[in-house]
Amino acid sequence: MTTAAAVEMITVVIDGFEVSVAKGTLIIRAAEQLGIQIPRFCDHPLLDPVGACRQCLVDIEINGRAFPKPQASCTIPVEPGMIVKTQLTSAVADKAQKGVMELLLINHPLDCPVCDKGGECPLQNQAMSNGQGQSRYEGVKRRFEKPINISSQVLLDRERCILCARCTRFSDEIASDPFITLNERGALQQVGIYEKVPFKSYFSGNTVQICPVGALTGASYRFRARPFDLVSTPSACEHCASGCDMRTDVRRGKTLRRLAGDDASVNEEWNCDKGRWAFKYVTAPDRLTHPLVRNEAGDLVEASWPQALAVAAKGLKEHASAVLVGGRATYEDAYGYSKFARVALGTNDIDFRSRLSSDEEREFLASCVVGSTTTYRDIDLADRILLVGFEPEEESPIVFLRLNKNVRKRGLKIAAVASKLSIGVEKLKGEFIKVAPGQEAATIAAVSLTAKSIILVGERASESAGALSAVSALADSTGAKIAWIPRRAGERGALEAGAIGNLLPGGRPVADAAARVDIATLWSTSSLPSIMGRSSDEIIAAVHSGAIGALIVGGVDPLDGANSASALAALEKAFVVALEIAPSEVTMRADVVLPVAAVTEKSGSFLNWEGRARSFEAAVHGSLNRSDLRILSMIAQEMGSPLNLGTVTAAAQEISKLGVWEGVRVSMVPVSPEKIATLTGDQFILNSWRRLLDCGTLQKGEENLAGTARATIAVISPNRAQSMGVADGDLLKISTTVGSVTLPALVEDIHDDAIWAPRNSTGSQLLVNLGVAHGAVVTVVKI
Amino acid sequence: MAYSSEDLATMDSIIKRYPRSRSAIMPLLHFVQSRIGYVNGEGIELIAKLLTLESAEVSAVATFYTQYKRSPVGEYHVGVCTNTLCAVMGGDAIFAGLKEHLGVENNGVTADGKVSLEHIECNAACDYAPVVMANWEFYDNQSVASSKELVDSMRSGNPKPPTRGPNILVTWKEASAVLAGINDGKANEGVQAGEPTLLGLKLWKEGK
Amino acid sequence: MTKLVPVLSEHWDEKDSFTIQAYTRHGGYKAAEKALAMDPDAVIQLVKDSGLRGRGGAGFPTGMKWGFIPQGDNKEHYLVVNADESEPGTCKDTPLLMANPHVLIEGCIIAAHAIRAKYAFIYIRGEVTHVVRRVNQAIEDAYKAGHLGKGVEIILHVGAGAYICGEETALLDSLEGFRGQPRLRPPFPAIAGLYAMPTVVNNVESIASVPAIVLNGAQWYQSMGTEKSKGTTLYSLSGHVKNPGQFEAPLGITLRELLELAGGIRQGHRLKFWTPGGSSTPIFTDAHLDIPLDYEGVAEAGSMLGTKALQIFDETTSIIRAVLRWTEFYKHESCGKCTPCREGTWWLVQILRDLDAGVGTEEDLNKLLDICDNIAGRSFCALADGAVAPIISSLQYFRQEYLDQLANKGSLFDPMESTLFAPAKAGA
Repeated sequence: MTTAAAVEMITVVIDGFEVSVAKGTLIIRAAEQLGIQIPRFCDHPLLDPVGACRQCLVDIEINGRAFPKPQASCTIPVEPGMIVKTQLTSAVADKAQKGVMELLLINHPLDCPVCDKGGECPLQNQAMSNGQGQSRYEGVKRRFEKPINISSQVLLDRERCILCARCTRFSDEIASDPFITLNERGALQQVGIYEKVPFKSYFSGNTVQICPVGALTGASYRFRARPFDLVSTPSACEHCASGCDMRTDVRRGKTLRRLAGDDASVNEEWNCDKGRWAFKYVTAPDRLTHPLVRNEAGDLVEASWPQALAVAAKGLKEHASAVLVGGRATYEDAYGYSKFARVALGTNDIDFRSRLSSDEEREFLASCVVGSTTTYRDIDLADRILLVGFEPEEESPIVFLRLNKNVRKRGLKIAAVASKLSIGVEKLKGEFIKVAPGQEAATIAAVSLTAKSIILVGERASESAGALSAVSALADSTGAKIAWIPRRAGERGALEAGAIGNLLPGGRPVADAAARVDIATLWSTSSLPSIMGRSSDEIIAAVHSGAIGALIVGGVDPLDGANSASALAALEKAFVVALEIAPSEVTMRADVVLPVAAVTEKSGSFLNWEGRARSFEAAVHGSLNRSDLRILSMIAQEMGSPLNLGTVTAAAQEISKLGVWEGVRVSMVPVSPEKIATLTGDQFILNSWRRLLDCGTLQKGEENLAGTARATIAVISPNRAQSMGVADGDLLKISTTVGSVTLPALVEDIHDDAIWAPRNSTGSQLLVNLGVAHGAVVTVVKI
Repeated sequence: MAYSSEDLATMDSIIKRYPRSRSAIMPLLHFVQSRIGYVNGEGIELIAKLLTLESAEVSAVATFYTQYKRSPVGEYHVGVCTNTLCAVMGGDAIFAGLKEHLGVENNGVTADGKVSLEHIECNAACDYAPVVMANWEFYDNQSVASSKELVDSMRSGNPKPPTRGPNILVTWKEASAVLAGINDGKANEGVQAGEPTLLGLKLWKEGK
Repeated sequence: MTKLVPVLSEHWDEKDSFTIQAYTRHGGYKAAEKALAMDPDAVIQLVKDSGLRGRGGAGFPTGMKWGFIPQGDNKEHYLVVNADESEPGTCKDTPLLMANPHVLIEGCIIAAHAIRAKYAFIYIRGEVTHVVRRVNQAIEDAYKAGHLGKGVEIILHVGAGAYICGEETALLDSLEGFRGQPRLRPPFPAIAGLYAMPTVVNNVESIASVPAIVLNGAQWYQSMGTEKSKGTTLYSLSGHVKNPGQFEAPLGITLRELLELAGGIRQGHRLKFWTPGGSSTPIFTDAHLDIPLDYEGVAEAGSMLGTKALQIFDETTSIIRAVLRWTEFYKHESCGKCTPCREGTWWLVQILRDLDAGVGTEEDLNKLLDICDNIAGRSFCALADGAVAPIISSLQYFRQEYLDQLANKGSLFDPMESTLFAPAKAGA
């Protein structure tokens, strides 16, 4: 922290010990520095002080003047000359704390033996450490109806609630989702929802985690385990590029729950509900466990590993081959694919972008993103944030929380170039810069930023021709930083690993001879292919043209691409080796299927959008499944082109030797936007993004989670609604030549030319149903 | 929709009274009571929409304050002060008498919908104890008998006027509109003060 | 014998006293005219010099409070009048506003000028329909007469039944459209009050006292009262006195003097206990008749002047019943935010109900006191301190009555004897 201004330190005495802490530090946290634990419930370091539970009372004097009564140490910052006596040295503080504890317990049920929180309960623990053991209360405890569902995934037991308001404060202050509030008054006060509106916050699970009693429980974990039977392993979230630190709790080889981990520089102590509650896919009954090989009859049948590897190696050697690796690979696995393409297949035909993408994007990634170091901390310091092709709450929820924190704490100004005003941007009080889908570029160019601004660019920016060129130019002209925030957890790592046709590992341009020499030296090979690799779309086209005959495909959903029919046909046509955890559209068409380990079963790391390594160990031990990296090594061995990457550690060590590319970067050739389409009366331009909770494959089987997904709707503007005679709830049929979807209308703030629908939600899987997702002209009729 | 365009215009004018719109929650809730008689879901949702809040935020406020009712009250809502001073001075007896007389419990409504009964806290008229309120108008120095006559007059459709209030007792809904800040033109009706209020002044004029 | 001095109440006996015509007839809005011609700081100084102290209960010097507002900070400043009169026994602001709302409006104009506020809010409790009418009409008439709308706007805000909103920060939250729960202090309202802007919150009587001070001068005001408690104030006598009512007198008058004015305890009875300033102030007995009823005098005797709500109870009143009922009130009105108040008042009611029924032992009295000790000074705001005040003070003066009731296994009193409509008792 060499750049930060010197922090003023204040020295105070707590229980006779001096401690120096930064000005503004609360007494309760200064005491923690000394190892003095003052009991507390409402206090939470990331929530505003509230002083409600009164458990943390201490005696204070300042420069010889004593406060007449004990004070809440969670609300008072240290001051020079302050002497604090906690329960350890003040009989008054000790009695005050015991008195409060007794009052907290008079209405708390003694159902600890059947309570999920039992064994890890702050109330239970502190009643033992700071209570008086016996209650003098002889009356009947307050009764409420036992747990009520406040959403499909969170249950509320009001009898257990001690009204610390952590949950309601979290929902309001951190998530800006005030769906739960304190209701009623006095002894009847209780947490609750408005009866018709469930607690549909993407962040609701955090309230379960920070509840200091068992009042809020998660439907998926309720009554499943005792905390002392769980083995906890630090892990990283595989669901998006936010990069949350996580904890995975396993009992007898099965993940029972996942919690947000603490990482002040990334997710603080929060995560989203998808990260917390979408993990059953790992234990889904249809998990692949054995290699499969397609036999003479055309059926996939179980095979031994040596047999399957031999078939795979033979097929890949016999054809011109390419690699399609999905955005969910770990950094080490992506590195394995990257090296496999170059060393074993002798090609640069590799692309991790198993989604809508463009050549403009590939240049942008090589020019502006690879190796970049913009971080969460930079958001904290930014003067303005511009969102382009990026909807933070849906596409990178922890980025949303960080933006929200800055909006709330220091009025950070946020602007979004988009066609529809999103719920998230509304919550961020963001400026909505309204554009027709496809026309982003011109608008971006006109935004005023400074060198302290940041442009947060989502992967969807690639869907609008010229948008990324405009972003690059805007950053050049203003000095603003760029941060590219893809949706998937592995994309940034895959980019850095060179799992893309124009870059080798470490951001080295394929076209640069010196860069190729760097990598060839590291890999001890004589040379590397120098022809620019194909993109995903080009690889599929090349299969159809016959230029490519084999594909090795890992973690790809072909339905995510621009032309899924063509992708499926290519998979039918080519010799395909699939590395997957579960049967998919790819494995159905593959010639060899090799089962791989899920994230919780292996070690490795992701690079989050910042490029920060989020490494993790296997949480579930004893899985027979191997990592992609290990299997790639085995295939390469079988092909006679060893990768020498037998383990994740080996890969990590090799990656660490990559160093930084200091040569010339790929420069962008600006791309022009497409012409504005002329629309007839029933035509709209399609706009969409994926919701956080939708039909994503990793959310399979999570019904409780799915219950909090946002409604599937089609959004049109008030003007268009009026001219079409459409009101909220009327059904709209959106059609293309491929097909149609029919959705209830919602009239909201959106560009008159645009219609918005969720990209991959139940009843609205646009790429499959319509064949397009953004920028295309669609026909809309009211039915 | 229970609200006319005129109602919506009034609600808009209530919001415009304040520098920040959220401040209008309380008068808007009073206004909902003036139209519906109590705070129902439609009212909460409407206020949430007008103020761009979540319904939960509005219901959190509505449930905090005892004057906002969750179910219909009578046309005349009778509150008997049973805080210590009034209780001792006769409020307890009055409340017991009215419960028996009306055949309702606390927060009950008579079957004809005319009268509802609630025991209330100190209503700032202690020098007139025991005090009974009806639609939050003062009925001073009540007795068991006088309070029974009072509710009988309400049930017969001809309520006795308040001791210190307008010439004719307004209905619950009409009173709620006053509390929403709408001037009903009755401010000049009724006495300026009762005898106890003027006692000190009278004694001073007598030279005390 | 202390003389009554009607200042606020001077013209209340005129039938139209609440109208703008009556108010201007007696020189109304002259003080505002005078103050608006003065430098705002001079107005603050004048009020400081007068010695006026807050009449809402705490007795904080009004001018000093105004002086805390940062000047030249380019922020909106707000004046908020606390007309949420709800403290049990307190009944002064309500008749004042009923009889003369314009004096408050004029006070608001002066105070807003002094603290450089454009907006003044009057937060009136919701359970007084006719007071709301009178104040609303007065505001309308003041606008029509041009007193408002030229620099000062007054916004009437009506509460909805929550005692806690009399606590100034809870009042501000309520006014902002939230649940009326007290806020953490600091920041104090003078720095971050309404809408997080510098705000003065004053009681009705405090602001209503300002016009007379502006007209007659600080000297005049501080010539009345006692050394540190200046001016006149409204004393409200209620309960078992012959003639209850409002008595405006210089600070420092005694209950003995006030009782004499009120015709004494009702015939045939004698004083048992009384509250000096509402139910949140520890009770007194007949041993405290000669305590000067000013801020210092009452404090020295172990209670607080509070709102000068003198609730008088004679020997027919059960102390336990009185205390229980107050405790039920505090339980009902506890906002629920903090543990000691929310859970403590809930528990205290249960214990007191038992004691009122004569159930329990002497040990329960000690337990009761210990629970009070765990509540007082441990809660978020002063509500819970007020809640335990009657319990602790009643045990201080009437412990034997508690024991007698327990020995009797039931109440020793006939509640009918205490009522206004009880058969008159002969003799004195």
